[in-house]
Amino acid sequence: MSSKNKKLTPAQQDYQEVQKQREIKRPLLTNCLKAFLTGGLICLIGQVIQNFYIHNFNFTEQTAGNPTVGTLIFISMLLTGFGVYDRIAQFSGAGSAVPVTGFGNAVISAAIEHRTEGFVLGVGGNMFKLAGSVILFGVFSAFVVSIIKTILIMWGGL
Amino acid sequence: MLRGHRTWVFDQKPVIVSTGTVGGPFEANGALAEDFDLLHSDLWLREDSYEKAHKVMIEEAAQKAMEKGGIQKEEVQFFLAGDLINQITPTSFASRTIGAPYLGLFGACSTSMEGLALGAAIINAKGAKYVLTGAASHNAAVEKQFRYPTEYGGQKPPTSQWTVTGAGMALLSDTGEGPQVTSATIGRVIDMGLSDPFNMGGAMAPAAVDTITAHLTERNIDPSYYDLIVTGDLGQIGHEVSLDLFKKHGIPIDDSFYSDCGLLIYKSDQPVLAGASGAGCSATVVYGHLLNRMKKGELKRILVVATGALLSPLSFQQKESIPCIAHAVSIEYGGEHSR
Repeated sequence: MSSKNKKLTPAQQDYQEVQKQREIKRPLLTNCLKAFLTGGLICLIGQVIQNFYIHNFNFTEQTAGNPTVGTLIFISMLLTGFGVYDRIAQFSGAGSAVPVTGFGNAVISAAIEHRTEGFVLGVGGNMFKLAGSVILFGVFSAFVVSIIKTILIMWGGL
Repeated sequence: MLRGHRTWVFDQKPVIVSTGTVGGPFEANGALAEDFDLLHSDLWLREDSYEKAHKVMIEEAAQKAMEKGGIQKEEVQFFLAGDLINQITPTSFASRTIGAPYLGLFGACSTSMEGLALGAAIINAKGAKYVLTGAASHNAAVEKQFRYPTEYGGQKPPTSQWTVTGAGMALLSDTGEGPQVTSATIGRVIDMGLSDPFNMGGAMAPAAVDTITAHLTERNIDPSYYDLIVTGDLGQIGHEVSLDLFKKHGIPIDDSFYSDCGLLIYKSDQPVLAGASGAGCSATVVYGHLLNRMKKGELKRILVVATGALLSPLSFQQKESIPCIAHAVSIEYGGEHSR
């Protein structure tokens, strides 16, 4: 912050002080609470779906993950298409952005938005506009973590 | 005509003969629904893209203004308008339909008053008999360009504003009956180093204050000369900050005759956070609601200060601050004060 302030003229700094007084802050505590509750609710729904797959189909606790995630993404796609998900998100913030449903929403909302530019350049080219960085950095962090794990097992004898 | 450094006083008193305002579904549920000429229940306007819907709104508003002014589109000599979409295509495409000689404008959300000031200057210099001017914005088309996809679930902070879906056009002439454009002050670009695109009001307030101060000084009038000084789309934060700045500079402007189009257009129970914004905000509120109030005699002299944030999605991703501008135009009708 201090390095940023150095570039500002005194008049700009003065004004930013005045402006800050009037700026409405995000209600951090209530936002966290809402995110905690809605995020938890989405996870609870996920757990119910997982149990459903384990008890009714031939899935184990390890293999039930994929169909569960698929179902959740499908639900979030429908909610996005019907224009409900963004309203839930305005209420819940990170609570609906962090679970896999948020990822589904980022992909499908971009796909719907760019449908007017055609399937190849529009939907295809823009679908991962928002989710692309999640995939890139997700895969990269998984790569780094797995290297660390491999090294620890090989030389650390874990 | 030139008074001081950047104020034009129009001796010929160009007249706003008629106006046309078009709004979307959200505006239809808003506080000023009565003042729109045309309201759409569907954001798509039965087109297959939001950008086309945007263009149709401009065409309809222009059509309404010409219809109410009793002229054919061939009689329009100049069309001065703009919007917020890349290369202002909705306005240019609408001009293709209108067919009048066209000057495309970009002043972000200040375009409405940029157009009115220039239009009045052309009329005042006897450069035309009829000039059509205005601005428009479409919520979904603008969100798509400047922020995220419309259905994306991102939580907006309480400082963010809601882009108006609407188009407002005014037909100016050298003769006729109606509110007169008496003067205009052109704004400078002011940058106070703010860079949060979700807090445009806070960034734009100093530009509005600068232009209003210059206008009052150069015309040598007191703020009380006006029944209403109205800013374009400062929203709640920008409005309060600008009042703080007036107080600091010792300019006697207070809430009793100082308002903001972005705070007028919607009802308080609509989820717009800090208020409305967009090029269509000042255009529809001024050319609809405020001119209607002038015609009813409730307001005699108003100063409209349309504010614009001159950023692009690229510039804020590259961490540039937001340069802002404000243009002021005074409109008078029916003589002295109403207060």
